[in-house]
Amino acid sequence: MTLFASILIDGMAYAMILFMITVGLSITLGLMHVVNMAHGAFAMLGGFAAVELMSRLGLRFEPALVIAVLATALVSVPIERVVISRIYGRPELDQALLTIGLAFVAIALVNLWLGASFSSIDLPARLSGPVDLGFRSFPRHRVAVIVLGCAISVALWLFIGRSRFGIRLRAAVDNPGIAESVGINTTLLYSMTFAIGAGLAALGGIAGAELLPMEANYPIKYMVLFLAVVAVGGQGTLFGTFLAALLLGVVDTASKYLLPDLASISFYLTMLVALALRPQGLLGRKDAA
Amino acid sequence: MADIVADPSRVEPGRWRALIGPELAVVAVGLLAAIVFPDDLGFITRINILSIFTLSIALVVGQAGIGTLGQAALFGAGSYAAALWALHVSAEPFSGLLVGALAGAGVAAASGLLILRTRGLTLIMLSIAFAQVLLEIANKAAFVTGGDDGLADIPVNPILGAVAFDFHGRVGFCYTLAALVVVYFCLRRLIASPFGLTCRGIKGDRLRMRAIGAPVVRHLLCVYAIGGAVAGIAGALSAQTTQVVGLGNLGFELSAEGLVMLSIGGVGHLAGALLGVPTFMIVRHVTATINPYHWLLVIGVLLVVTVLFLPGGLYGMVDKWRRRAGQGGS
Repeated sequence: MTLFASILIDGMAYAMILFMITVGLSITLGLMHVVNMAHGAFAMLGGFAAVELMSRLGLRFEPALVIAVLATALVSVPIERVVISRIYGRPELDQALLTIGLAFVAIALVNLWLGASFSSIDLPARLSGPVDLGFRSFPRHRVAVIVLGCAISVALWLFIGRSRFGIRLRAAVDNPGIAESVGINTTLLYSMTFAIGAGLAALGGIAGAELLPMEANYPIKYMVLFLAVVAVGGQGTLFGTFLAALLLGVVDTASKYLLPDLASISFYLTMLVALALRPQGLLGRKDAA
Repeated sequence: MADIVADPSRVEPGRWRALIGPELAVVAVGLLAAIVFPDDLGFITRINILSIFTLSIALVVGQAGIGTLGQAALFGAGSYAAALWALHVSAEPFSGLLVGALAGAGVAAASGLLILRTRGLTLIMLSIAFAQVLLEIANKAAFVTGGDDGLADIPVNPILGAVAFDFHGRVGFCYTLAALVVVYFCLRRLIASPFGLTCRGIKGDRLRMRAIGAPVVRHLLCVYAIGGAVAGIAGALSAQTTQVVGLGNLGFELSAEGLVMLSIGGVGHLAGALLGVPTFMIVRHVTATINPYHWLLVIGVLLVVTVLFLPGGLYGMVDKWRRRAGQGGS
């Protein structure tokens, strides 16, 4: 029972981190049809920005987090405008190669900037240590991550479902040509969506730094993991990504607890089976496959 | 749609240059490199092997449009099969190559049944997942594969019972160069055939090919298995010339590197593999000795520049110059 609860809490926390990092990737994939292999670089950028803000400028955790997330979103705009927007509509292979190139550049630059060592983010006392949930105590950080992840999912759901921006976004996903012809500025929409996705990745990167530690190799090391969530969820679907993150996160955590020797193989087998049964993703549409 | 035309190198009777010209060029460049850099034969042999591996990607990705990132699974299958064959059955090198090719083709056919029904991101992820599962199996089945340590001291008999592999790697170099030339020749013939034309048709538009009656998945399975055989041969050559096989032969890095080398050389042409591999390997050899992260910066920028400004890769660039020169001369 204790083991089960630990798996559930850790798996959920892991899943929420995966969700936050990958949801932007999934939405940009559904909207712009760009396979962005460099998405993990935004998570890394956010994480390292937070580390630097706290250690060099002595900021507390919360303001550092907010500034790092906003800065990452801001940095992503020129990247989208200058480089990524040039490969919209190009073959997937070109997109994959260009964005892998960007990920390599990001790794090399971060290494020049900070070196190849690991960095940890010091959590404030309020977020470290155990918390008692009635029947058992759990690491406070995990619980906070789960709460944050759920809050972000609900916020995104409301934002995409209810706001004017969300309506435009869904229109452009359904049919970019017609969306543009009824007066939606898709160029602006693409930039904003990309920036929001990058910001969320940064948030996920900072929140998840205890589980996926910050290092220069981060974008490549976890690239397959992030893409797996997107592919299994179905590109462009909020809930598909959420479910896929939950499935892969819990399976990975459970197998690490129960079958540490076979953890990696069970992760890939889950992905293999999920994609074999539903090539378009759990909640993906048929035509996206 | 420009690439759905008959290959210009299609054989015309009596044109020996079109028939074996490119192969002669490969032999000339290979021998020249070996004569100028006699101390780097191991490195050049590695380039030969990776060229064969990248040719298999050029066939599968460039001609048939199967965007896989799991080609190392087939390379690894070939190298492990050849190593086990040499250790337990026979150390005769040609039979080892055959076993490697069969293993590569077999694994490709088995995984292809699953992978080739999908496309896009799903196909990429399935191919990665399949290769990773194979890697984990090789890692866990240590009693067969040696696990993390791999297999070492793989015996190789003299070629045809006469030419023994020497310490300097001269024989290994000639052996791999010969294999490269034979593979290149066969693949060039293959893609110039109606089979190759159908591949490019499927790459261009799957739906239309199905509409005119082409058995799309079966055809893709066929070309994927051939690609698997070629990758398996490359793996077997690697096992025979280095005499060690490790998990790296199955790794994601190898698949990604192959694709990167091909894209730098030019995805749409077999020659792209032969231009991309040496360029990549030499640039890496030079920059990585300074600092491995500088190497990442160089390769990253190279990839971005290639995709944005050189869509045909190095081959496209060379081809453009050649055509311009041809126009100026006439």
